[in-house]
Amino acid sequence: MAYVPLADQDSEMEMHHPHSWVTKYVWSQDHKVIAIQYGGLAIAVGVVALVLSLLMRMQLGFPETFDLIDPSSYYQSVTMHGMIMVVYMLTALLLGGFGNYLIPLMCGARDMVFPFLNMLSVWVYALSVLILMSSFFVSGGPTGAGWTLYPPQTSMAGTPGHDMGIVLMLLSLAVFIVAFTMGGLNYVTTILQYRCRGLTMMRLPLTVWGIFIATILGLFAFPALLVSAIMMLFDMLLGTSFFMPAVIESGTPLDHNGGSPILFQHLFWFFGHPEVYIVALPAFGLVSDVLSTHARKNIFGYRMMVWAIIAIGGLSFIVWAHHMYVSGMHPYFGFFFATTTLIIAVPTALKVYNWVLTLWEGDIRLNAPMYFAIGFIFTFIHGGLTGLFLGNVVIDLPLSDTYFVVAHFHMVMGVSPVLVIFAALYHWYPKVTGRMFHEGMAKAHFWCTFLGTYAIYLPMHYLGFLGVPRRYYAMGSTDFIPASAQDLNVVITYAALFVGAAQLLFFINIFWSLRNGEKAGPNPWGSASLEWQTPDTPPAHGNWGDELPTVYRWAYDYSVPGAHEDFIPQNVPESDEPTADEQHFDPDHDESKADA
Amino acid sequence: MSDAAISGSGSTLVDDWSADKQAYHVPWGKAMMWIFLVSDTFIFTCFLTGYLHVRLSTTEPWPLQSEIFALSFGGDPIPLILIAIMTFILITSSGTMALAVNFGYRKDKVKTFWFMVATACLGASFVGMQAFEWSKLILEEGVRPWGNPFGAAQFGSVFFMITGFHGLHVTAGVIYLLTVAFKVKKGHYDKKGYEIVEIAGLYWHFVDLVWVFIFAFFYLL
Repeated sequence: MAYVPLADQDSEMEMHHPHSWVTKYVWSQDHKVIAIQYGGLAIAVGVVALVLSLLMRMQLGFPETFDLIDPSSYYQSVTMHGMIMVVYMLTALLLGGFGNYLIPLMCGARDMVFPFLNMLSVWVYALSVLILMSSFFVSGGPTGAGWTLYPPQTSMAGTPGHDMGIVLMLLSLAVFIVAFTMGGLNYVTTILQYRCRGLTMMRLPLTVWGIFIATILGLFAFPALLVSAIMMLFDMLLGTSFFMPAVIESGTPLDHNGGSPILFQHLFWFFGHPEVYIVALPAFGLVSDVLSTHARKNIFGYRMMVWAIIAIGGLSFIVWAHHMYVSGMHPYFGFFFATTTLIIAVPTALKVYNWVLTLWEGDIRLNAPMYFAIGFIFTFIHGGLTGLFLGNVVIDLPLSDTYFVVAHFHMVMGVSPVLVIFAALYHWYPKVTGRMFHEGMAKAHFWCTFLGTYAIYLPMHYLGFLGVPRRYYAMGSTDFIPASAQDLNVVITYAALFVGAAQLLFFINIFWSLRNGEKAGPNPWGSASLEWQTPDTPPAHGNWGDELPTVYRWAYDYSVPGAHEDFIPQNVPESDEPTADEQHFDPDHDESKADA
Repeated sequence: MSDAAISGSGSTLVDDWSADKQAYHVPWGKAMMWIFLVSDTFIFTCFLTGYLHVRLSTTEPWPLQSEIFALSFGGDPIPLILIAIMTFILITSSGTMALAVNFGYRKDKVKTFWFMVATACLGASFVGMQAFEWSKLILEEGVRPWGNPFGAAQFGSVFFMITGFHGLHVTAGVIYLLTVAFKVKKGHYDKKGYEIVEIAGLYWHFVDLVWVFIFAFFYLL
């Protein structure tokens, strides 16, 4: 049962045509404008978080030098940097930004299925950012409990921001989850129900698959964070004891009794671990498409890439307690969670092999997006390998809460997704703006970022082996840490400041190119997927002019033998295709033959 | 290739998912409601799991629900009588909702309207009885979110949090049902079709189903 006549659907799609500047650019219901709003805001808060990380690095590199940073503001920087980067930057940019822009275009749809809900999503997201930022200005400042917000220390007098800061943080998270749910329901329903004629699930570009599974993970994982936020708000505001055990603070017993801090950790990580893949899976998808396009070769093992995404998504729900090995648990649980964690390495490694095999004997064009995509393979392999260390209980115990952990997760879910984001921003910039960016500046940006982040994070692994604990404001004179560790910290700080400054290249480039870039044309990379085949560049409201496209093939027909060009767009019918039909691989084609 | 994909026959799961255009042959709103309900299921599951964990880990004894939630009509107290009535009402409202959906598909606007209003009234009376139960516990028994005279403080915390969250769902459902009902009456859906009644019904049945679990885990266990 495949085909539902188009007429059934167009009656469902109610296009809202903008009538004024305000409805076109502010309260816009067009997915492309919403994507830019989401992406722009996410990048803006990302810059705030970047500045916070530089403050931390300055303190660590040169302790007792800056009056600006005291222990409280250091912990507040740690907390806000982590929470902003993971939730408000990466999640919002990858799903709200790229998801909104690319899903309807890659699915051959006119918009998301419920544009009004989509508009609400971005403005509720803006509200959550506003609440979060307001915590910088309340008495006591933002919370300094670390991004994991573990009770009971979140609400103890010694923690900065233990009164207003934490309440605003929890409130902001709850609002963010509402925003995400409204957007996420739209993404999933659009992908399931509003693909154009001929576009089966197994012909979708991997970008859409990555965003699809990541959104489902978000819809199932964010509830745990919402519930823990509600329960902790009750603990703070109503004096309940969900997470608060009996605590004696400065000699006085607090008004709490019998709560379970471990319950919070379970709820938090039931959200927190899928969250890693909410960030990683869209990045996997985006990088697959960038690699395939610029290598002029079909993605290697498309079907397995899809199944790997699904497998990773499923497994990510049964590994959460590997964040809690040091919290204390029955050894058999440690065994179980270590096993499931290591099993995730199988589909993940499969993806890495397939990316490398996509490059193998490709006609590689070393454009700036390709630089970032290949750079991602390096950083992701490094971050993934240290993940194997930390997944094992006995190796995790001594390394837990050291800089090894910091290095690991920054490599695997900080630097790697950010490199993909840059690859994707450069790759789709010509479609979004209609102009090319400055290639030389983009490549300079890549080398500074890529080499700079290695200079930051490779030494951190070593610091971790030395046992340098993370989240410490200053080491003081600790016996087991050699003095040379401080020299490394200085080097890391210089590298961090350099990388931070290098990001200016990116901003100068994208704003300068808006006016001065070369005209890009509709399809500058010669890409086969649907979003490059729109009648207008940038795509107009409604995306496809009078008639929705029809898809005849998968998104990876590159270098097809005998073709006129080295790629065949998805919407080119078979009859227009040269003789070489049998020589390229199309999963659907294979199946229909098998059926016959 | 494309013909095979477009005109394939059969209605198995694999065929649906490998089809172009739509994975499920339902309106967009209905697909979206189903996905939302699965997500909402995770919220209530987390609440109930949290409750069970807290109940096991708390140091003080758990109060006896059958005594606390008892009402006496003149004579001996009858355990859980109010909850039983509330449960009965909510399950009845699922029945009237199902009738409304049925009449919706028959395009019988008047009956659809009245059955939806009846469902909303039953829902509103559920919320009303919940308000009665809350005020009795707060004012007469002295139960507070941070403590109560019967035992573990978490009893009150969990009670107000979970029944409050469910009560919000019911209240939202009542508003949703009334909105749709009046739009039905005005003939707003004559052209679009009456799936919206079923979509609202999905939400309503879900809220009822959640109550069954809350009833079982919180009041009976």
